Amino acid sequence: MKPQSNESGVRRNPPYVRPMAGWWTRNPFFVRYMVREVTAVAVWIYALVLTFGVVRLSQGEAAWNGWLDAMKSPASIVLHLVLLLGMVLHVHSWFEIMPKTMAPIIVGGERVSAERIQRTGWTVAVVVTVLALALAVWSQS
Amino acid sequence: MKKRSNAPFFWLMFGAGGMLSALLGTALVFITGLATPLGMVLKPDFMAYGRMMAFAHNFIGKGFVFVVIALFAWHAAHRIFHSLHDVGIHNGTVAKLLCYGSALVMTVVAAYSLLRIGF
Amino acid sequence: MAEPTQTIEIQVLRYRPEQETEPVWQSYQVPFTEDMSVLQGLQYIKDEIDGSVSFRWSCRMAICGSCGMMINRKPSLSCQTFLRDLLPGPVKVEALDHLPIERDLVVSVEPFVKKLESIKPYIIPKEARALSEGEYLQTPAQLEKIEQFSSCINCMLCYAACPQFGLNPEFTGPGVLALLHRYNADSRDGGRAERMEILNAEEGVWSCTAVGYCSEVCPKGVDPANAVNQNKVNSALDYFIRFLPKKGA
Repeated sequence: MKPQSNESGVRRNPPYVRPMAGWWTRNPFFVRYMVREVTAVAVWIYALVLTFGVVRLSQGEAAWNGWLDAMKSPASIVLHLVLLLGMVLHVHSWFEIMPKTMAPIIVGGERVSAERIQRTGWTVAVVVTVLALALAVWSQS
Repeated sequence: MKKRSNAPFFWLMFGAGGMLSALLGTALVFITGLATPLGMVLKPDFMAYGRMMAFAHNFIGKGFVFVVIALFAWHAAHRIFHSLHDVGIHNGTVAKLLCYGSALVMTVVAAYSLLRIGF
Repeated sequence: MAEPTQTIEIQVLRYRPEQETEPVWQSYQVPFTEDMSVLQGLQYIKDEIDGSVSFRWSCRMAICGSCGMMINRKPSLSCQTFLRDLLPGPVKVEALDHLPIERDLVVSVEPFVKKLESIKPYIIPKEARALSEGEYLQTPAQLEKIEQFSSCINCMLCYAACPQFGLNPEFTGPGVLALLHRYNADSRDGGRAERMEILNAEEGVWSCTAVGYCSEVCPKGVDPANAVNQNKVNSALDYFIRFLPKKGA
């Protein structure tokens, strides 16, 4: 908007638009949002690790064993601890926002609460995780 | 006439990948990145070449690995692209190519490698 | 009423376009009583200290939607925010985020109003209905689908809360999309197809990244985040279903 002159010729500045830079640092709610979004980087890195793994697997036993050795390195262990934290934060924030993304669910004439949806999500995630680990352990016997 | 967005496709991939990684991401990172290398809970030969090839030879094993890599990659790419916008990196085309491009590369490379392993 | 024995500092972000190019903070000492709202604090400033401070207000009871502003960095209705909860102060008051400042605490609302008008915020009947057919009947369950979304008072706190709107003012935004949903979800309405174009655009639902702060700050419990994200499903269905052959084809 161009600066306007009023009748007495005084310069009038246009409506002031405030800059957005650093917006997410100015409110704890937004900081938590950014933490939630940064967990996507953990998912991306892990997908990349698996991609490398699958490539090495297709290149024969020596290549595969090289990848297994790399996974044993301190750097990889530290990375995977960070990725594990990222995944746990992802699970938490995914189910935290899930009720907002859903149409109301009516059970027995009442709307299912957001807390109930979040708890259900978490429970399913824990059950699936335990089952996956159990399956892995069982597959070794 | 407002232009229709093509976001729905990427959003569905984001949703599927987000749900899959929420349910399985923790277990998979633990199994492949911590338990097996450290011989914790699982034996260190859990992912030995013979066992992994047996898993990857069959359809279900191949499908599982492919779906995990692809959905995780597309989910992450979609979110990272939007996060770049959130922190002020707006160059749409370059950001899109880097984010979705990396997901495409991982998808194609994973598919190729899995097929190369054979049946 | 007891004589106030305490004062609280209220800092106001001033912007007078005829005298400054950038907003500037100004501090006031305001006598404080337990029952005072931030709005009453501002009214004291205008009445007793500095008559040049400009701000919108009307009902003083959180129903007109006029007095929205940032209070200690949170989009709030100043009539519903109490100084006793902000002790010891200072209380920092600025115009609603993400909206251009006209003057002091007054923001430009015209783009918002234009967006409201653009979504056809009225019942579009499914078929022509004669007066003799009588009124529409609606069950409590049908009303429940829309009631919370009809509670919007157009206060724009959700726009101040929404970083995606801040980053892209073309985004239709939480409040308007909640109102759109209110009409689409009304059992009496048949205008969904006419409103799809707005939903389906990049500036429609697809600019939302589910931050959720809009619903957090809404003084009426409208839950615009839910309205927007429910419609991502509708928009996605609309996107893919158009490839299916039409009925009867």
